[in-house]
Amino acid sequence: MPPDDPSLWGLVARGGIGPGRLLHAAERSVPLTSLATRTSLGGSSLDLAGANVLLATKDQLPSALALIELDGLAHRLVLCPPDVPKEHIGPICAAAAIDAVVSDGRLEAADLPGDLPLVQCDPALPSPARRPEGPSCPTEWILLTSGTTGVPKLVVHSLASLTGPIRPGTAAGNTGGVWSTFYDIRRYGGLQVFLRAALGGGSLVLSSASENVADFLTRAGEAGVVSISGTPSHWRRALMSPAAGRIAPRYVRLSGEIADQAILDHLAVCYCPAPVGHAFATTEAGVAFEVNDGLAGFPASVLTRGGEVEMKIADGSLRIRSPRTAAGYLGPAAAPLRDADGFVDTGDIIEQRGERCYFAGRRGGIINVGGNKVHPEEVEAVINRHPAVRMSLVKARKNPFTGAVVAAEVVLRSAEEGAGDTLRAAILDACRRHLAPYKVPATIKFVDTLPVGAAGKLARADA
Amino acid sequence: MSVKSTIIAEFERVSREQGKVLNRLSDNTMLLDTGLDSLCFAIVVARLEDSLGFDPFQTAEDEKFPVTFGDFVKFYEHAAG
Repeated sequence: MPPDDPSLWGLVARGGIGPGRLLHAAERSVPLTSLATRTSLGGSSLDLAGANVLLATKDQLPSALALIELDGLAHRLVLCPPDVPKEHIGPICAAAAIDAVVSDGRLEAADLPGDLPLVQCDPALPSPARRPEGPSCPTEWILLTSGTTGVPKLVVHSLASLTGPIRPGTAAGNTGGVWSTFYDIRRYGGLQVFLRAALGGGSLVLSSASENVADFLTRAGEAGVVSISGTPSHWRRALMSPAAGRIAPRYVRLSGEIADQAILDHLAVCYCPAPVGHAFATTEAGVAFEVNDGLAGFPASVLTRGGEVEMKIADGSLRIRSPRTAAGYLGPAAAPLRDADGFVDTGDIIEQRGERCYFAGRRGGIINVGGNKVHPEEVEAVINRHPAVRMSLVKARKNPFTGAVVAAEVVLRSAEEGAGDTLRAAILDACRRHLAPYKVPATIKFVDTLPVGAAGKLARADA
Repeated sequence: MSVKSTIIAEFERVSREQGKVLNRLSDNTMLLDTGLDSLCFAIVVARLEDSLGFDPFQTAEDEKFPVTFGDFVKFYEHAAG
């Protein structure tokens, strides 16, 4: 391997691969050094040179190993999160022109379109490695968007765009030590932590879908976790666990949802004296900035401070131009990701109060319930089908457990309809029959009227 | 209705609506062992804010997050003054 090998394996090796560097999964821990001589991909790794590869594993560890083995070798790596249904695999393979699928039993050959080869990935590293001899090639990293129904969008990144925000030696890029995250590493937030551990010379404790939060925290604590990240929803669940005290991190990080003052304060009390930082990042826009003053929102000066991340607010929402944003969406009918000037519209509405900016929700009123996106119109359509309902307005309601919940205001056809618990239960019942659980209103309030704008449309706050 | 009985009624209603099996609630029951998931807790807290008029999760800044059902009730009773 050349000393300046820019592939992920080259970067891992430059951080030092002593025996103390481990990838910890619930079932096993793998020393990174063993990847120097062993492979998780059997005899197939070199066959994947120049190929477009879908990583569709049940567990995170096989994907982590395959990423290290295949970056710089494959042409394109598509990371398939665990909740992508099988019926979306075909369209994803087509959009990404996939040549081979790496799996650990999550998918069978019958699940794949055509006769795509299926490569088994075994984290026990059963085979001796066959390392490529030539220089590494730049690999495209494809992430899938989350929280929407239908086939996810394919977001094109590179190792350079993904590692752009990582600054080893800073609090958020702490060199060495043990990292962990509640996220799945096949999502942008989790992938950031995986790469920070990989580049920073550290180890990583992976979460597991089959493990409860107490067991995960206990395992992370036993591994000596120093830096740990999750969404506010992850953290609220962790704080409800008696095992919250099993970890003693030196840095606590939140991202992925709006961090309110209450969760920042709770974490600061629980993990004192560790600093509690929150970052703004999206799959498309990358990491834009980190806030480390312990306060919700961010200083308005962040918007004008310059540097490689440029930010502006246009039509109320935050726009970002930086080397960390994705290059675009993949696929035949993919919409452009950046505007003509190269800015990505995050869709997050910003409100400035004095010298501080706050997130005030999503453009178009899209509601984010614990990471799942809800379009108000879809819920209103179901409510409005109830014979007693004249009209309804669905909006986000702030919530300490999921960031937001769906709240509905309902106008009845006549006062005689009998607004009360029976009707409320009937409307909720109809919603539950037609909508995913997170889309069903948590609360229904009966009101006399709803504000209607000049164009005859429901007055919908943008947030 | 006392704060505690309002909370119990809401736990029961939400678990029924969400098709969850609610385990017996005692002061020592861990919240994570009640049978409710994050979405259920989100709904419980939103509805309690409507019926009780406050949400201590948004206001109690320096208190420990509730871990048991007893903590949860005390969290609300304390906020109710």
